[in-house]
Amino acid sequence: MAAAQSLWATLAWGETGYGDEFFKGIYITLFISACAYIIAFGIGMLGAWSKLCHVRALNRAGEVYTTVVRSVPELLLIILIFYAGTSTLSSVLVGLGLAERGVEINPFGAVIAALGIIYGAYLTDVLRGGIQAVPKGQIEAAKAFGMHGPRRFVRIILPQMIRYSITGLGNQWLNITKDSAFVSVVAAVGDIMSVGRGAATQTKHFIFYYGATAIVFMIVSGVSMYVTGRLEKRANRGVRRA
Amino acid sequence: MKFDPIYMITVVLPQLIAVLPLTLLLTITSSVIGNSLAVPVALARLNPNPLLWIPARAFIFTMRGTPFLIQLFFIYYGLGELIPGWMMRGYPFLKNGLYYAIFALSLNTAGYTGEILRGAILAVPHGEIEAARAFGMSRAQVFWRITLPRAVRICLPTMSSETILLLKVTSVASLVTVYEVMGTATSIRVDTYRVYDTLIGAGIVYFVTVFVLTRGLNWVERKLNKDRLAIPTSDKPAQAQA
Repeated sequence: MAAAQSLWATLAWGETGYGDEFFKGIYITLFISACAYIIAFGIGMLGAWSKLCHVRALNRAGEVYTTVVRSVPELLLIILIFYAGTSTLSSVLVGLGLAERGVEINPFGAVIAALGIIYGAYLTDVLRGGIQAVPKGQIEAAKAFGMHGPRRFVRIILPQMIRYSITGLGNQWLNITKDSAFVSVVAAVGDIMSVGRGAATQTKHFIFYYGATAIVFMIVSGVSMYVTGRLEKRANRGVRRA
Repeated sequence: MKFDPIYMITVVLPQLIAVLPLTLLLTITSSVIGNSLAVPVALARLNPNPLLWIPARAFIFTMRGTPFLIQLFFIYYGLGELIPGWMMRGYPFLKNGLYYAIFALSLNTAGYTGEILRGAILAVPHGEIEAARAFGMSRAQVFWRITLPRAVRICLPTMSSETILLLKVTSVASLVTVYEVMGTATSIRVDTYRVYDTLIGAGIVYFVTVFVLTRGLNWVERKLNKDRLAIPTSDKPAQAQA
């Protein structure tokens, strides 16, 4: 009993416990995921546009990008992009004379870039589906009203596209928070998984700390599911149910 | 640290292809066990008895709400903490990460497929079940002869994309000392410091495997859905793509 009590005590706030580390871990995981998601959304928009535009080469490029990223394990891609990114960036900096040899690249940036590039491929297909779901007649009507390309996009396509793809967007957000755990394999940046791993290997109480880590992740997922569910409802307000 | 295609093709790829059977073994075993476990999970989830549906729902939420990395670590290190030392020494297979990986992958698959199967069971046309009941089949007979086969066919496209995801997730087993494709690539990488050769090589192996597997699963889907596909109007078979 005493042992169990001391185990719970290690989850305390402050110097003696991991409580505050886990709490900070939630913030860091959400921060990494959010930054990566924003990058991924940008890439996804570009990807969706290149897959749907009338230039053959761009269609092909988009196709290759999504196919390759989707058929290679995320773990592998994160390690590859992390090493490639950090070593390229450091050699560029050294080459420009901006840094000394053996400069340390901030692992945060590399990790966010890696997740962003991976999820860009998934969001490309989600957003492409959303664009394609917008009824053709509405776009033709907008053209007939004399709206030019960008205005058509902002007024007609974008609002409906978001509604059609909101389920997919929510799912990918859930996946990105979970895949951010792979970050702990390349760099301990203080995210939930890194904290849990550090705590478990230091104390050797694997069940307790990995259990705690899992619960923290479940809280993050649960809240995300609730929020995305609400957003979905909101996006579909005013739409008659089939 | 430069990419050296000749080294990759002559040295890395043969070693990775030699361990590809292990990756396939992980995928197939976990897919068979996990998909079989998914049936009781889905049934428990649909049962009106709260003693059944609450645990099933909690199980599904745990599997879907936490990263696979943490599930694997929890099982591998957690069971390692529980199993006493004399047992570890007496039965050396208990030290092998492979069994823990298969166990974790199976549970993960059971959670994901359980939820998919639940939706599919609900989508089985009610008239068919009523007809079977009218023929005097017992509830169990109706389930095994009508509901389950129909449900599996309904969720087949989702299940085959889950299998692709499973193949990719097996790479995480490399973190618990399973020397499948990713694990072997990592050990070569650590030994030789060749980051690009090993990781790109592993990426190529996964890409080709996923490509072949996708084709194979599409073929199975077409075979099983022969009578459900629309009458082909041209020589080209209708693509059953989601």
